[in-house]
Amino acid sequence: MELVLSGAIGILAASGIWLLLRPRTFQVIVGLCLLSYAVNLFIFSMGRLTFGAPAIMPRGGFVNPASYADPLPQALVLTAIVISFATTALFLVVLIASRGLTGTDHVDGKEP
Amino acid sequence: MLPGPDHLIILPILIPFFAGALMLIYDERQRRAKLTISMISVLASLWAAVELLIRSKGSELTGNNDIGFYLLGDWAAPYGIILVIDRLSAMMLVLTGLLALPALTYASAAWARQGQHFHSMFQFLLMGLNGAFLTGDLFNLFVFFEVLLAASYGLLLHGGGQLRVRGGLHYIAINLTGSLLFLIGVSLVYGATGTLNMAQLSNLVPMLPEARRPLFHAGATIMGLAFLIKAGIWPLSFWLPTAYMAGAAPVAAIFAIMTKVGVYVIVRLSFLLFGPGAGASAGFGGEMVMLGGMATVTFGFIGVLASQGVGRMAAHLVLVSSGTVLASAGFVLSGQDPQILAASLYYMLASTLAISALFLLIEPMGREDGGIAALLALTADAYGLDEREEDRQPEVGLAIPGTLTVLGLAFFACVLVLAGLPPLAGFIGKLGILQGLLMQGEEVPRLAWIFVTLLIVSGFATLIGLVRVGIQTFWASEGDPPRVLALEIAPVMVVVGLLILMTVKADVTLRYMLDTADAVLQPSIYAEGVLGAPRAADEEAEVVIP
Repeated sequence: MELVLSGAIGILAASGIWLLLRPRTFQVIVGLCLLSYAVNLFIFSMGRLTFGAPAIMPRGGFVNPASYADPLPQALVLTAIVISFATTALFLVVLIASRGLTGTDHVDGKEP
Repeated sequence: MLPGPDHLIILPILIPFFAGALMLIYDERQRRAKLTISMISVLASLWAAVELLIRSKGSELTGNNDIGFYLLGDWAAPYGIILVIDRLSAMMLVLTGLLALPALTYASAAWARQGQHFHSMFQFLLMGLNGAFLTGDLFNLFVFFEVLLAASYGLLLHGGGQLRVRGGLHYIAINLTGSLLFLIGVSLVYGATGTLNMAQLSNLVPMLPEARRPLFHAGATIMGLAFLIKAGIWPLSFWLPTAYMAGAAPVAAIFAIMTKVGVYVIVRLSFLLFGPGAGASAGFGGEMVMLGGMATVTFGFIGVLASQGVGRMAAHLVLVSSGTVLASAGFVLSGQDPQILAASLYYMLASTLAISALFLLIEPMGREDGGIAALLALTADAYGLDEREEDRQPEVGLAIPGTLTVLGLAFFACVLVLAGLPPLAGFIGKLGILQGLLMQGEEVPRLAWIFVTLLIVSGFATLIGLVRVGIQTFWASEGDPPRVLALEIAPVMVVVGLLILMTVKADVTLRYMLDTADAVLQPSIYAEGVLGAPRAADEEAEVVIP
């Protein structure tokens, strides 16, 4: 499980960074998306990996925290997803504006 | 129940938030109403900030330090969201207010009409800034960073045009990547320590098991990278001059504080987490910040000398300013005299104000015939706004006489502060840093000598660069002087007045900075204060029981 998850995060991050360094704006935005997926999975894994454990504890009585998943990283991931979704959407608008104004999709606004 | 004085702490976040949201309802043509709401909001936030500043000075009893808290939803301290106000945050809040007021006034003359929703985005930017200064845990810091960045993306693009869109594209890409680094760092810190509350982290760091310390250090470093991108440290600063130059004048003026957010977080977190009491982690990263800061100063002043336009020059001055403060913080973190930190905070206040004023001066200085009127006519066409007669009125009446003299004097004051020449505030700040570096007994380390040299050389380079621009603009210019509205020059004069006030009242300001530096160097004050924050429910219960 650890191996699969770390491999997935690694591949996502590596492809994301590769695309981020490419000269076309669309590649940059896809790269940013992949990177943010990798980061979200990474945050999730920082709460330790558990199988089939709920994150919400019942009210009252004794609860054994070991049989529950850490809820905090899940909340953090949720916030991070929403924020990166919004900023990526904004970036998309700027990308289209840039394409319209310069007539090229190169990140510097002109063909090299 | 009426909100008590405790609620004052959250006001600098709530006021701009509601003002910004309210203005979204208004139509773009109701400029006067929008301006009024913006002004009221900025003034109210500034008032709250000043009130918090006075309160955070505390009394003799509390050791000249009073840390205020606001527990959101009344959850106990390390679990819930907490806002914390101490001397350092209060100072930054006041600085934000002092920069926002002139920038907004300047924008009201013309720039606010150049695109849509300027006032709302301006308010959201203020909300993000104030929130970042107030928050007491790392994840909320991320959230407020995103709020201020999202607003800054919009503001940078304000006014449109190819240059802005291109600069904005780079700026957004860099900052999105920076935010992802921030997230990686935050989650590593959480994985290593199990908390994100700054105060609890500060307590935990000395006792961290050795196996987890490298993970924690890695997390803190990656997170620090995100802040350093914002602070514009070399070699992560190549985006900065282009972005700041592309922004409209009032936007660049308020952006002057954006690098200082990065500097603030670096100062706050490095002393909380890696201060002298942090055991094996004490002084971690100090050397890197110090060297990086010095490299930034070098890059900045070479950029100032190499720049052709005054806009690019001012953007490089931003780098010199934040590099100086970062390097000073690095020196103090590596165990040198706290006076350096106090003086560099003073310098930061002065240089940020001066850079902001410089950005506001650039546009009127370079204005050609017709200037703003032509610009307005153009955008009125582009946006199809109906340009009523009454809107044009102020342009006829209120142009100031002796334009070049007034502009020249204000420019001169900015040069004095930024180059660190007497008698203005920049000199006092730099002198304090030099004194702290050199007056530490028998042996002055070699790095300190290098920093001393850099400070003096960067001041000299600033002087050469800016004087060259000044001569071209004010002495060697031909033709009619530019038409500048009183509304545009007044904010600059206010900032210059503030700088003079800072100089005259240097003893008061410096004493505040010294106490601030002392408090920053004793993270236990902050940590104990936060973790001991009483819940309102507990207090009420105590009242009932007897």
